Amino acid sequence: MATVEQDLATAGSNGSGPKKYKVIGTRPIRHDGVDKVTGRAQYGADIRLTGMLAGVVLRSPHAHAKILSIDVSKALALPGVRAVVTNADLSDPGDRMCELGEGAVNLRHLNHNIFAKDKALYRGHAIAAVAADNIHIAEQATKLIDVKYELLAPVVDVVAAMQPGAPLLHADVYTDDLGEKSAQPSNVARHFRFEQGDIAKGFAQAACIIEREFHTATVHQGYIEPQNATAFWSADGQITVWTSTQGSFSVRQQVAELVGAPISRVKVIPTEIGGGFGGKIRVYLEPVAAALSKKTGRPVQVLMSRADVFEGTGPTPGSFIKVKLGVDAHGMIVAGEASLAYEAGAYPGSPVGPGAMCIFSCYNVPNGRVDGYDVCVNKPQTSAYRAPGATNAAFAMETVVDEVCQQLDLDPLEFRRRNAAKEGVRRVDGPVYPKVGLVETIEACQRSEHWNTPLEGPNRGRGVASGFWFNCGLRSSCSATVNPDGTVALVEGSTDIGGSRTGIAMQLAETLGIAATDVVPTVGDTDSVGYTDVTGGSRVTFATGWAAYLAALDIQQQLCARAADEWDVPAEAVTYAEGGVNGPEGRRFSFAEIAAKVNAHGDPVVGRGSADPQHCGGAFATHIVDVEVDPELGKVKVLRYTAAQDVGTAIHPAYVEGQIQGGVVQGIGWGLNEEYFYDVKGVMRNSTFLDYRIPTCLDLPMIDALIVEVPNPGHPYGVRGVGEVPIVPPPAALANAIAQAIGIRMTQLPMSPPRIVHEILKKNV
Amino acid sequence: MAKKQVVSATINGNATEFLCEPRQTLLEALRDNLDLTGTKEGCSNGNCGACTVLLDGHPVVSCLVLAMEAEGAEVTTIEGIAPSEGLDPIQQAFLENAALQCGICTPGFIVATKALLDTNPSPTENEVRFALANNLCRCTGYDKIVRAVLDAAERRKASV
Ligand code: FES
Ligand code: FES
Repeated sequence: MATVEQDLATAGSNGSGPKKYKVIGTRPIRHDGVDKVTGRAQYGADIRLTGMLAGVVLRSPHAHAKILSIDVSKALALPGVRAVVTNADLSDPGDRMCELGEGAVNLRHLNHNIFAKDKALYRGHAIAAVAADNIHIAEQATKLIDVKYELLAPVVDVVAAMQPGAPLLHADVYTDDLGEKSAQPSNVARHFRFEQGDIAKGFAQAACIIEREFHTATVHQGYIEPQNATAFWSADGQITVWTSTQGSFSVRQQVAELVGAPISRVKVIPTEIGGGFGGKIRVYLEPVAAALSKKTGRPVQVLMSRADVFEGTGPTPGSFIKVKLGVDAHGMIVAGEASLAYEAGAYPGSPVGPGAMCIFSCYNVPNGRVDGYDVCVNKPQTSAYRAPGATNAAFAMETVVDEVCQQLDLDPLEFRRRNAAKEGVRRVDGPVYPKVGLVETIEACQRSEHWNTPLEGPNRGRGVASGFWFNCGLRSSCSATVNPDGTVALVEGSTDIGGSRTGIAMQLAETLGIAATDVVPTVGDTDSVGYTDVTGGSRVTFATGWAAYLAALDIQQQLCARAADEWDVPAEAVTYAEGGVNGPEGRRFSFAEIAAKVNAHGDPVVGRGSADPQHCGGAFATHIVDVEVDPELGKVKVLRYTAAQDVGTAIHPAYVEGQIQGGVVQGIGWGLNEEYFYDVKGVMRNSTFLDYRIPTCLDLPMIDALIVEVPNPGHPYGVRGVGEVPIVPPPAALANAIAQAIGIRMTQLPMSPPRIVHEILKKNV
Repeated sequence: MAKKQVVSATINGNATEFLCEPRQTLLEALRDNLDLTGTKEGCSNGNCGACTVLLDGHPVVSCLVLAMEAEGAEVTTIEGIAPSEGLDPIQQAFLENAALQCGICTPGFIVATKALLDTNPSPTENEVRFALANNLCRCTGYDKIVRAVLDAAERRKASV
């Protein structure tokens, strides 16, 4: 079972010391729980509207092709078909960047990704869409659309795409090479560099230098709910969109740009969302549903199939990474050099930037240089996936660190502890760390029962790895209305993927000194709540929690004024504490007592909170894994897993554990099994859950989450953000465990049975 | 388009007649013809378990069953798991063990768990993992789901 470790000086929520909080650190049942265990919760595909039509998207069967013509006349003639749309039905937003809250997109590329314009750039690229009386008619109609293609050679590998003479995706993409524009168009959209110190001097001091190359495969976020969108374009020009998204305001902006309407004409109603992990930020279907609705005057629902999800939505990039690390005779890192090339997919914009910032981020690397390359290939445009870019980088770096430890005969946790990033250390890309908790996660592992229990048996090995993710703040809003029955109705803008509305409500409850169950949280639509950025970047509990905290302070202030009125004392004489208002001579109303009075007379009490907090405090994790490798089948069995993570403060420890466990298992899937298989034509051959195999419960042991709490000084309750970093260490930890088990260093992901058998056979010749 | 057919089945305890096209799956008929949208679609080809329902007490992936095959059968969906007041112990155990994050897989898991516990009231951890291996969850890493199922088994025993 998970345990909680705390920074003793600040022991808070549920340690053995005096309890700092009443609500924070407890495990209430989530407010939306009953709806979700009874089937009543409404997800995007559950929307039913009067007169609703079904939409189906036609996708390119080719990885790379010129579109010569699209003839929709036969499709339109099919009875039951109401409209067909193509790129011509979207508005061209021009060649501009648009900030989506966690990363920017080029609007022209977004437009061309919704519907291909002159070229299909990957198998699965949307070409046209049909609205019909039901989904079967719509599917049949897509087959009647006649598209003439001229086939072009595809390139689906990052290294091949960088070679001179490689098939070129875009005639208008040039390399931004350290600020200089290349002479010729290229698949390499950007080359950048981070540097500090003097690497030549650094490597000269090294007693041990290890240099290795790594390849990682394209993997998918794999949310179980496919993308969906329902839209109604009313005769008055008002557009309503229902969708499962990580950010309703970001959908509003993208839809407005792509259909050419002002944002005030677009209302986005976020439904419950069946997983996202970064993949449900960019729009795919929403503008399509809107365009079809405009043409038909009826609501239109467009759903993706699972194959559409794999072939048409952002996976995370495959990559090629080189790492060189120098360590001196005392076991201290003296220099590091890395180069990372990430697949952007069809359009520029891979997460190679964050990957390059993360690669040395767990260590004090006094002399370092990192080069990054953003490379277009004929695959779907990559999108964020939990700590985007960091997992690829950690796989490379943490494997090299392990090899250094092996060569110098150093304990891998002790090596990490001594070289760890801590307060005052400068990252190679510039920032200096504030108080962070990496050392504490390493020490938690060193003390853990897991680490102190010897692993025995043939073909077994134990591996460790650390990981980092920035987390982010960004903007959040909420409003909170005091009800006369002593409860608070909280409307917040962050779509809730994993219980976050409860974590936000708990911070409001803590601030007001009431029970979590006395707060009734709702996720508002874009017309009912203030601007709120996407649910991403591990920011929701941090930033939207902050907004809720501010709303609670606002309520406190209004209630104090109200009590001062009642008691006829000056407002300054009343304070809010212990869950109520307190005045001179022991006068007091509990929250429930004063709430009962608010609607009788005077202004209703509505708290408002909006926040753009800056000090989000990075997250670190250190993981330990035990594996057993079957030397004949190459199958890796995970025997035991422990994940220690600094979470700042665990608001709802069960959901914190859940984030850690879920992230670890995604990392295990990435490490051991998951990959896009392409044939020579650039066609993905495993676009089902049978062949793209994500972990099942039979593949896994329990995942022990070791919660370390080093409160973030930049948040009223010390929250850091939890969701992303747990996916970062697993592939590296597994590789290190496999190396110990069978003496083979795996440098390619996934470390699937065929690859492992291949390496075993190679070693035995 | 083939003519629509009438299917008579007992759905969540209620004698029900509905019209469907011969090509419609049970999943589609439940969601689109009967408005029982609690049963989810994750893949439509039998690989994710989100659409699990009980057909005469046996767990099936409703995306691989034709609606017409339900003729004369008893179908239980997530909407039919709870008693008329309150929750089933399995649902309560999922809530208290925080066994859901996004919740899209939850209906399938709860229905599959009912099928398991109806036939094996005291499963081991490994039996739980084996029985639920056709249900994919991408959010939880399964730890809390497996604990919830073991806890549900205890609750069911305590409640008889
Ligand atoms: S939808 Fe039926 S198994 Fe996935
Ligand atoms: S809780 Fe999201 S897929 Fe299981």
